[in-house]
Amino acid sequence: MTVPDGSTPARGPGEGAPAAGGRVLTIPESGLVVLVGVSGSGKSTFAARHFRPTQVVGSDFCRGLVSDDENDQSASADAFELLHHIVDTRLRRGLLTVVDATNVRQQTRAPLLRIAKRHDVLSTAVVLDVPERVARDRNRARSDRDFGDHVISRQRRDLRRGLGRLDKEGFRRVHVLRGPEEIDAVSVELEKAWNDRRHLTGPFDIVGDVHGCRAELEELLAGLGYLVDRDAHGRAVGARHPQGRTAVFVGDLVDRGPDTPGVLRLVMGMVAAGTALCVPGNHENKLVRALRGRKVTVAHGLAESLAQLDAEPEEFRAVVLEFCDGLVSHYVLDGGRLVVAHAGLKEEYHGRSSGRVRSFALYGETTGETDEYGLPVRHPWARDYRGAATVVYGHVPTPEPEWVNNTICIDTGCVFGGRLTALRYPERELAQVKAHRVWYRPARPFPSAAEAAPAAPPERDSGVLDVRDVLGEDPEQDVRVETAHGPVSVRAPNTLAALEVMSRFAVDPRWLLYLPPTMAPAPTSADPAVLERPAEAFAHYLGDGVERVICQEKHMGSRAVAVVCRDTAAAERRFVPGTLGTIHTRTGRPFFTDPVVESAVLAELRDGIEAAGLWTELDTDWIALDGELLPWSAKAAGLIREQYAAVGAAGRAALPAVAGVLDAVAARGLDVAELSGKVARRAAGIEAFSAVYRRYTWPVEGAAGLRYAPFAVLAGEGRSFADRDHLWHMGIAERLADHTPRVLTTRYLVVDVTDPAAVDAAGAWWRELVTGGGEGMVVKPLAGALARGRRGLAQPGLKVRGPEYLRIIYGPDYLEPDRIERLRDRSLGRKSGLALREHKLGLESLARHARGEPLWRVHQPVFGVLALESEPVDPRL
Amino acid sequence: MLLTISTTHRPATDLGFLLHKHPDRVQAFPQSYGTAHVCYPEVGEERCTAALVLDVEPQALLRSRGAGRSPDFALAQYVNDRPYAASSLFAVALGDVFRSALKGKCAARPELAAAAIPLTLRLPAVACRGGPAEVRRMFEPLGWEVEATAVPLDPGLPGWGDSRYVDLTLSGEFRLADALSHLYVLLPVLDGAKHYWVSGAEVDKLLRAGEGWLAGHPERGVIARRYLARRQRLVRDAIERLAEVDDAATGGAPGSDADPVVEEPEDREGSASLAEQRAGAVLAVLRAEQARRVIDLGCGSGKLLARLLDEPRFERVTGVDVSAAAVEWARRRLRVDGMPPQRAERLGLFVGSALYRDRRFAGHDAAVLMEVVEHVDPSRLPALAAVVFGHAAPRTVVVTTPNVEYNIRYAGLAAGRLRHADHRFEWTRAEFAAWAGAVAERYGYQVRYLPVGDADPELGPPTQMGVFTR
Repeated sequence: MTVPDGSTPARGPGEGAPAAGGRVLTIPESGLVVLVGVSGSGKSTFAARHFRPTQVVGSDFCRGLVSDDENDQSASADAFELLHHIVDTRLRRGLLTVVDATNVRQQTRAPLLRIAKRHDVLSTAVVLDVPERVARDRNRARSDRDFGDHVISRQRRDLRRGLGRLDKEGFRRVHVLRGPEEIDAVSVELEKAWNDRRHLTGPFDIVGDVHGCRAELEELLAGLGYLVDRDAHGRAVGARHPQGRTAVFVGDLVDRGPDTPGVLRLVMGMVAAGTALCVPGNHENKLVRALRGRKVTVAHGLAESLAQLDAEPEEFRAVVLEFCDGLVSHYVLDGGRLVVAHAGLKEEYHGRSSGRVRSFALYGETTGETDEYGLPVRHPWARDYRGAATVVYGHVPTPEPEWVNNTICIDTGCVFGGRLTALRYPERELAQVKAHRVWYRPARPFPSAAEAAPAAPPERDSGVLDVRDVLGEDPEQDVRVETAHGPVSVRAPNTLAALEVMSRFAVDPRWLLYLPPTMAPAPTSADPAVLERPAEAFAHYLGDGVERVICQEKHMGSRAVAVVCRDTAAAERRFVPGTLGTIHTRTGRPFFTDPVVESAVLAELRDGIEAAGLWTELDTDWIALDGELLPWSAKAAGLIREQYAAVGAAGRAALPAVAGVLDAVAARGLDVAELSGKVARRAAGIEAFSAVYRRYTWPVEGAAGLRYAPFAVLAGEGRSFADRDHLWHMGIAERLADHTPRVLTTRYLVVDVTDPAAVDAAGAWWRELVTGGGEGMVVKPLAGALARGRRGLAQPGLKVRGPEYLRIIYGPDYLEPDRIERLRDRSLGRKSGLALREHKLGLESLARHARGEPLWRVHQPVFGVLALESEPVDPRL
Repeated sequence: MLLTISTTHRPATDLGFLLHKHPDRVQAFPQSYGTAHVCYPEVGEERCTAALVLDVEPQALLRSRGAGRSPDFALAQYVNDRPYAASSLFAVALGDVFRSALKGKCAARPELAAAAIPLTLRLPAVACRGGPAEVRRMFEPLGWEVEATAVPLDPGLPGWGDSRYVDLTLSGEFRLADALSHLYVLLPVLDGAKHYWVSGAEVDKLLRAGEGWLAGHPERGVIARRYLARRQRLVRDAIERLAEVDDAATGGAPGSDADPVVEEPEDREGSASLAEQRAGAVLAVLRAEQARRVIDLGCGSGKLLARLLDEPRFERVTGVDVSAAAVEWARRRLRVDGMPPQRAERLGLFVGSALYRDRRFAGHDAAVLMEVVEHVDPSRLPALAAVVFGHAAPRTVVVTTPNVEYNIRYAGLAAGRLRHADHRFEWTRAEFAAWAGAVAERYGYQVRYLPVGDADPELGPPTQMGVFTR
């Protein structure tokens, strides 16, 4: 609809209007505004008065950016290229954009309109028409503008030529302001898009295609708790929910079914009363044209509607026409988290307005081909959907609603003898009533749910990941992952490393709901003789306002996440068909190379969970555990051989020989005492060092000899256990250990860090742990993974490692005084920053998985953890 | 960290002149990574022994790598055998402390420096992955009598076997300069570890030191190749750090499995020309199918890309590899930076994964998966098929993969072993046909099979090829 100048009735001034009696210009909140006027007509002043500086893109500004001279006309081509780029980016992002350039010629306006069209936003022209004299005087007064008066005359001629046809060019609205007085007096009022109902937060009951099935609709509404209002004839004319819920109809109320007028009467009543919203379906669209007397092919059930409406009074038909004609193609609801459109809507169209957006919302995207029944072949847009908003739609009858990438089609073919479905939002629960009978024979056979059930499940294409899911739009750019605790960004080279590891080595990504974050050590000890001790960890949490912590014995093994399914049905529903679980490493690789060993360990965990009664207690048929698999040598045999035992062997071979040589030299009366002493200390260091790795090495044959020490229950069906405190997690681990010898418990101690006596006792407890090479302990906020400190999410844990153990990290001789002095200078900031970022991503992937979000959404933060793990950071920390 | 040099030449004390180190003194020579000490445990007319003790400071080792370089952290840098074993680092110290002796210079005893004298060299811990046998292979051809015993890994870990260190004693009559130069060149060769602190220039220097005897050494090929391989491995990347996070050993492995350069399957297959035949066969198919826009998924170092670019009929040539290192290597091998614009315009090269749908894969009329599928875990193959056949969906897809039936023809391949350490499986012809047939049916392709390489009448060809068209 174009509203040319003059036909717009002057409205009262909006809020903050500058002058009483001035015109109010309504401008779409997120569209394009093109200012049109000669040099000196006051465009920049106008823009500065009515819009924020960031909303205005000026040609002079762009000229300055590309040439350092705002008036360098030779730079105009580059300046406009830049201007178009900025406009393009802003409109793509849905931002109101005002173009401050003369724009007097159609050729300069056309590219701007094309950009707006590309992004499906509305364009407004504001023409500032001042007398030539005024413009000339203003330009003369400016020292930086030295072009002649003839330029203004030419611009004015150009402006005049195009003025009458601005609306034909594609501007949705044209405001012409004549003379400085009118320009000064106007106020601007931003207008929301019709589809923008973000302020409505529901809760909603979204109802699928009704197609004239009035009785089923009344039954469904009653089942949802609505109270139906009836007129004197007993006809339903409205309904409301005692708890204030709002019904949202996805369209196709009409055609095919037995009582189209009855459905319309009810829905129109609800919409008028504000207890329902309704978007149009393709059938309403066609009905409007038919009621207007346009030539339409009367098929697909339209004939029934027309016949039924003919029996109604003329006024009713008029109301129906007005209602259906006034429906808005789609709605954006609940702060942008919910979108309802008849045939669904791809993300770039959410909240946009254009012919093609409307067409998509009504008909979906068709490929132009038709199937064997002559029906259009539809493009499966939902498979590619990657948006954050939930999209609920109808249009294509399916036997069973299925979530695909956060979208759901709730047309379950009621009129074809299927069911009428409503989705309760935000609960995401379905409510359904059966069709009373088959009301209409479809062109393509419509299977009943029972018939469809044994057939092959729909192609799980949404299980295929897209490279954009993990690398972003541009692989050269860093990737930002939004989490409940703030965004986490991942550097581009690291995402490429993660892509390789994920592709070549990881288990099927459907198993990966979590990768464990790295853990920072406690701040470096104030005692110069050791690098780490408990005092600093307690002080850290005290300083962060976390008073109760738990100290957990650190098992020196290899990190292992175990996803244990109760049966193959659970694995098939939630993970990978034909399996029973997985055990993977911190980088997502299979923990065991031998699937037989993996199955054996999983079976024992499954039996333990069963015997402990956890399936019922946690109300789930699968459980993900995070823990440590022992011995270290089971996974790290290669590392121990190549890295540790080899160093021990070299030292044991070389040092005694050197000592022998030095003894002989000393026997000759030469002074080698210092070197001898050093060699002797090194020999002792090598022995102490070897004792450490031997401690974590024991023979394993298949599964025999393996121990699993879980310290967290990550998740079960529909929920993450990140909100539980550590005593709960420890308790579950202990119960598992009671039922399966494979599971090892973790010793722990709860400490109030404000109590000096408790802190001292914890220090003694730690010293006992680390004597003889024990790895040490981890200090965690008792409240669990979601614990918050003064600066937001608290560090999930700090490790405090034993001095003997650290020989295998810092070298056999690191306790030599000059050596440790240098080692104390270790910067922990990077490591603790990384630990916190990975922790946020870990919580996010668990939360997304719990919400049943699609694979790619869960994979994104998981992939982020892997990418962050490839960042260069001192591996000794 | 220890070398002793003994002689029974009379007077044995002349050893001090030859080494330019006085037998009655203990001398220290600062090195960038620690201190080298020279002293004499045994000094007599009959027999004289000099000792070189290298005291390595691990911290100094790190510092000597130079400030301002990108942070490259690996645990191996902090806990390693350098302070104890005789390795390339030891060779560097040897070259520094005994520089004149190595050159055969001796003003005091010039005739002695030129003469072969009875010598015994002992190194209690020589880093040598190949064990005593390899040490013998290196030193015996030069005329040394070799006594080499493997050092046990750890008496506290019974059953873990021997370590990669050898207790080595060499005896023979040599010019001292020659004896030292043998150690100087061969210690780094024996040491398989990564020499991230040895610059390329130093490598050249070491190679020059072998002039005179290296050319006649039966193992000269191995010696030269190890240096070259080492130079290629100066760069480590993020992938290895991830392996370390996972407790996997990376320290001494011969090239990470992410490295596309050192692990060419052809080496194991024993026929360098099979790769050529494979590329030729793929090219022939692409020509016959009249493909114009070709994407090589898993392009590796870009050998096929080069041949595609040589034929103008291929208007668009896209190379994709999941390894950023491989893509970088291909970029250098193809000399992308210096490529004429009309050739460069035809080429696209980027990091991508055949397991992640990618719109950059679209717009090609043929895709090549040459020796790729066998590197993918079987559980991920459906994702690969969905991405390549379902989403990119070019008119033609060419897949090559080893024919496992043929493996018994490879003499060097133990029964049941696969041709490449990273192969997740190798298919029989029937297994390949089963997979290919199912994929073709699901995604609407026809598939035909062609042999690559010299086919065995019973076992079939070494490489099997499936050509999918739709």
